[in-house]
Amino acid sequence: MSTPLRQEQRIIHFLNRTSFGPTPAAVRRVNQLGMRGYLEEQLAPETIADEPVEERVAALKTMRMNSRELFELYPPPKVARERGMGMAGAMNAPRLIIFELQQARLLRAVYSQRQLYEVMVDFWSNHFNIFAAKGANRWLMTSYDRDTIRPHALGKFRDLLLATAQSPAMLFYLDNWLSVSPNSLAARRTGNVRRRGLNENYAREIMELHTLGVDGGYSQQDVHEVASCFTGWTLRRPRGEAQFVFEPRLHDPGDKTVLGTRIPAGGGMEDGIKVIDLLARHPATARFIATKLARRFVADDPPASIIEQAAAAFRRSDGDIPTVMQSIIDAPEFFSPAFYRARIKKPLEYVASALRITEADTTVTPQLLRYLGRMGERLFMAQPPTGYPDLASSWISPDMLLTRMNFASDLAANRIDGARMHSEVTGHTQAFIRLIAPDSLSSATQAALSETAGSDTLALLLAAPEFQRR
Amino acid sequence: MDRSRRRFIKSAGVGFLALGLPPTFLVRAAAAQQSGRNKVLVVVFQRGGMDGLNVVIPFKDRAYYALRPSIAVAEPAAGEEHAIDLDGFYALHPALAPLKKLYDQGQLAIVHAAGSPDNTRSHFDAQDCMELGTPGIRSTPDGWLNRFLTEKQTSESPFRGLAVTPQTPRILAGAEATLSLSSIEEFRPRNLTVASKLQRLYANAADPLFRRGGQSLFDAMARLRSIEAKIPPSTASYPAGRFPVGLKQIARLIKADVGLEIAFTEIEGWDTHVAEGGATGQLANRLKELGEGLTAFYQDVGDRMEDVVIVTMSEFGRTARENGNRGTDHGHANVMFVIGGKVRGGRVYGRWPGLAPEVLYEGRDLDLTTDYRAVCGEVIARHMGQSDLSRVFPGFRSPTGQLGII
Repeated sequence: MSTPLRQEQRIIHFLNRTSFGPTPAAVRRVNQLGMRGYLEEQLAPETIADEPVEERVAALKTMRMNSRELFELYPPPKVARERGMGMAGAMNAPRLIIFELQQARLLRAVYSQRQLYEVMVDFWSNHFNIFAAKGANRWLMTSYDRDTIRPHALGKFRDLLLATAQSPAMLFYLDNWLSVSPNSLAARRTGNVRRRGLNENYAREIMELHTLGVDGGYSQQDVHEVASCFTGWTLRRPRGEAQFVFEPRLHDPGDKTVLGTRIPAGGGMEDGIKVIDLLARHPATARFIATKLARRFVADDPPASIIEQAAAAFRRSDGDIPTVMQSIIDAPEFFSPAFYRARIKKPLEYVASALRITEADTTVTPQLLRYLGRMGERLFMAQPPTGYPDLASSWISPDMLLTRMNFASDLAANRIDGARMHSEVTGHTQAFIRLIAPDSLSSATQAALSETAGSDTLALLLAAPEFQRR
Repeated sequence: MDRSRRRFIKSAGVGFLALGLPPTFLVRAAAAQQSGRNKVLVVVFQRGGMDGLNVVIPFKDRAYYALRPSIAVAEPAAGEEHAIDLDGFYALHPALAPLKKLYDQGQLAIVHAAGSPDNTRSHFDAQDCMELGTPGIRSTPDGWLNRFLTEKQTSESPFRGLAVTPQTPRILAGAEATLSLSSIEEFRPRNLTVASKLQRLYANAADPLFRRGGQSLFDAMARLRSIEAKIPPSTASYPAGRFPVGLKQIARLIKADVGLEIAFTEIEGWDTHVAEGGATGQLANRLKELGEGLTAFYQDVGDRMEDVVIVTMSEFGRTARENGNRGTDHGHANVMFVIGGKVRGGRVYGRWPGLAPEVLYEGRDLDLTTDYRAVCGEVIARHMGQSDLSRVFPGFRSPTGQLGII
């Protein structure tokens, strides 16, 4: 049995799990408030002043625009040509919208004082993943991040689920906006059932990926019934002022049965709401979300006791996200030595933690984002609805490992445009080591450091196995 | 060669990287093992669930046209909007025209109504299932391509198993070290001094994950630099896109004789729930990239195709009936391609189950008549020379017997 973590280790472990990486200031704050006080503060992000980073984000002009404004200013190339936008068209390509979203995500990960909140925004963005480059999603993604995920990231799971179900981006991405019941008024009127009919895409993914999990006990018939309930949940003006609407003419007016629960005929839009409530409160959902959160905060293979406690907290609190997180972090096993540095950082965590520990001035350039891409995590660009994987083995293939090493070398040598370090940083090796491994570095890393000088020392430290874990 | 010796040779590369040279005995050992041209299997995974019924079209099954009023591909006739006849029953999607020549030369075999027997319609579950190669058992820790590499210890090359994908796919994960790289040119350290120190650091790391990851990374970089000069330039013109570029890397490594045995690549974008298209459109565009990529690879590899087999697969097929949005939803059986110099191609293998309502799988999908393990097992046994498949596909016995593709 290994010895319990010492206080310095506990603080670093705690910060590694609840933020994008320890900094001297964060350690000071934990010491000042105690871990419990710090956690309470982090779980109430609205009480934490965060102007500096929010000012930087506000300088990205697309961040406050709605989908109509985005479409007008950053139209697809064909529209730009028709309007004779010429060079301005190229400067205003829709990919710039995604670039600003990526910039904002990384800026906040590095600079926000509301670190736990940003961790959860990242978590839910991946849980309810949307591929930003699919069709109209280019213009819908900004609102999805700002108006759907961020307001609910530390709220009730049910509200978050409903917000995603009604978000133009999700309605578009998983095709529900096109789903029409063959029994609907519209299908019967036109007599052409085939042309417009049921689309199962969203119905399947909401159960498999968003709530119950693939083993959550639903059948193909349930997929069909859920799809029927969501008919009519559609979208007005996907390429303009996109808006969720319920269109009764497309809806299945009949009786449905979802997971054994009867949803009587004539419910209209309420059918979908009932499905949301049913799924959000289903015990399989509590367990699935608890498992994913425990994986994020504890280990790839979290102990059953933590999952059970978190699932119970989920059920008890009606899916209150902070309550579930608190139960995981409060669990006695949370500080078990077995989980100390047990998680491999995913690319965003790796890059953000390197920029945080070195306190590099970050402006987020395409070059910086390309590193993230080659490490395997292009922000907002995971194509399948599963999002990016959350297991260690996915992030350290030889190619990804090499990219991490090259990133560390380039950052240490101040060769990355958009991440500028101050000259005295390289003299702070001992301070960095205390933030990475307050116990001690491995003998292999120590040996390598002892024969290295200058900026190579920092490169080595950031590329060493210790810094790949959190 | 026993395991400890293998390990010794692999770690002997330590310290030489800074000079850009591999230890000479490593090169000699490798050269001795590669006097013969080794066999190669290239697996292409089509992620998203390809609609096999619109790829190899059963145009004589009249139910096909009734099920797909707006997306069916027209039966063979003159003109680019028509499917290309293969054998009077099946026809190839017109966007795959470049592959017709390979079919006619007998180097493309098609297996219809093939795929994974698992009944899941979840993308990731079905992909995992196919990659692990143990349908119904999800706790399997390794992928079946890795189990092949572990079983058949032929050489010490760090290039034995290669994925040209950013992540190591499940199918290649396991005990045998494998490699992933997206570009031969960029597969090099930015700072040689730091890299040589990291090489030693990782070799001595207590963390096995990083010790192993570092070892295969530095071995491969050293080997790659040592043979880079003799990698012949590509003679074929590949279309743009991540998939063709990945195939090009594979072709170059095959021609450089670095000991590549298993290569894996993937092509995305098959999840056609909406506006799938028929002879043209969304699916056609994916097929164009697939067909042109494979054809360029075939030309590029040239004579060496005698030693190479390509197998394509996708996690599931799609609903027999088109949905309300001129697309298709997640289904069951699919179509697979087997390409290579020694392939008995020019025909469509597998029993056709039909498309009548009463024979559809769960009343909606093409039924499965050939387990993909029967296809892959035959390639592993007859092409790759691993006739004992009990570890690669544990518990699997092909009910259809030998297909005779190789």
